[in-house]
Amino acid sequence: MTKVTMTVNGKAVSKEVAGNTLMTEFLRDELRLTGTHVGCDTSQCGACVIHVNGQSVKACTMFAAEATGAEVTTIEGMANADGSLSVLQQAFQDHHGLQCGFCTPGMVMTAAKLLEENPKPTEHEVRDYLEGNICRCTGYHNIVKAIMAASGQDVSSIAAE
Amino acid sequence: MYSFDIETPKTVADAVAALGKDEAQALGGGQTLIPSLKARLAMPSVLVSLAQIDEIKGISQDGDVLTIGGGTTHAEVAKGAGSYPALAALAANIGDPAVRNRGTIGGSIANNDPAACYPAAALASRATIVTNNREIAIDDYFQGMFTTALDEGEIVTAVKLPIPEKASYQKFEQPASRFALVGVFVAKYADGVRVAVTGASEEGVFRWAEAEEALSGDFSAAALEGLTLPGDGMINDLHGSGAYRAHLITVMTKRAVTAAA
Repeated sequence: MTKVTMTVNGKAVSKEVAGNTLMTEFLRDELRLTGTHVGCDTSQCGACVIHVNGQSVKACTMFAAEATGAEVTTIEGMANADGSLSVLQQAFQDHHGLQCGFCTPGMVMTAAKLLEENPKPTEHEVRDYLEGNICRCTGYHNIVKAIMAASGQDVSSIAAE
Repeated sequence: MYSFDIETPKTVADAVAALGKDEAQALGGGQTLIPSLKARLAMPSVLVSLAQIDEIKGISQDGDVLTIGGGTTHAEVAKGAGSYPALAALAANIGDPAVRNRGTIGGSIANNDPAACYPAAALASRATIVTNNREIAIDDYFQGMFTTALDEGEIVTAVKLPIPEKASYQKFEQPASRFALVGVFVAKYADGVRVAVTGASEEGVFRWAEAEEALSGDFSAAALEGLTLPGDGMINDLHGSGAYRAHLITVMTKRAVTAAA
């Protein structure tokens, strides 16, 4: 067993876990933060994207022990302080950027990083940045639209409704 | 996964000590090793994470030689290797953003996946692999698929790359995995051209000597006219036959030369 200590969504946490505990298992099973989804478990789909020390990572392909001392943010930490949806989350709702919702936590976490690095991305840049996030419902159009809308850009001329 | 202990040393010395244990295995960014562990293709007793060792991270330049710490992530190379644009572009096109934030150059070079990008860059760039106890010339380093000159428990602490006059890496992606179906790195130095090919050969990354010779005389795509490689010895799988990969090598080499020129 290994003692793992980190900050998750602003709260200090400490647990004794087996060495082979993945971040997805640590978040979901130990902390009961089940917003981080496990889609493929092979780092292809991106449903498990979280932020570790300000960088997006796939939580299924990182051990909890590797996050020792880190600042971690999950989808549960993305809403505003009063519990209302963030601008980005609200844009996903407004533009129908989700259907079943399984990929959405990872989409939001990846999109949040994109907008931090590139506040006014082009449609191409959004699609390129989402390479590691797979959605099987929407066909991506409305996800792209939601992200561009959240960046304050006019999305009325973007492809599909 | 099988069960194992995990250690997170802060120094190379502590990591080397931890790797001295029976069945210990180094863990770089884990973007290849963790999927392998999940598939039970590896059974270490202890995993030694190198991710918290600051002394093997970062990029520095001395004259024309770029030195990249083994623990430097692809994202950091993409941002920080501006003096070697072809290398920065290669790093920016590995996997996806989240993978690039974890995967490291040292991990890629130590693993020597036959379809990885960095081995082609290192081989074409006349790199020197720096480990915790020696320096290895790149022509002595790669020894076939997933095999290198590294000893048990030896860590890649840095990769030194002399910056070429011109260079380009062209990758034909296998569309599902985004690994190179064929990737060609061309680097032109004052005294000659190097061409390194990844993704294609059953022996892993290799130099294409005939193309190097032709390009050293005339650095243009036209110089490659009529040069072909045999399909024998190329990877033959559901993604492409050996003959197809061999054909792609010429195509991607021409593209790389055109892009670099």
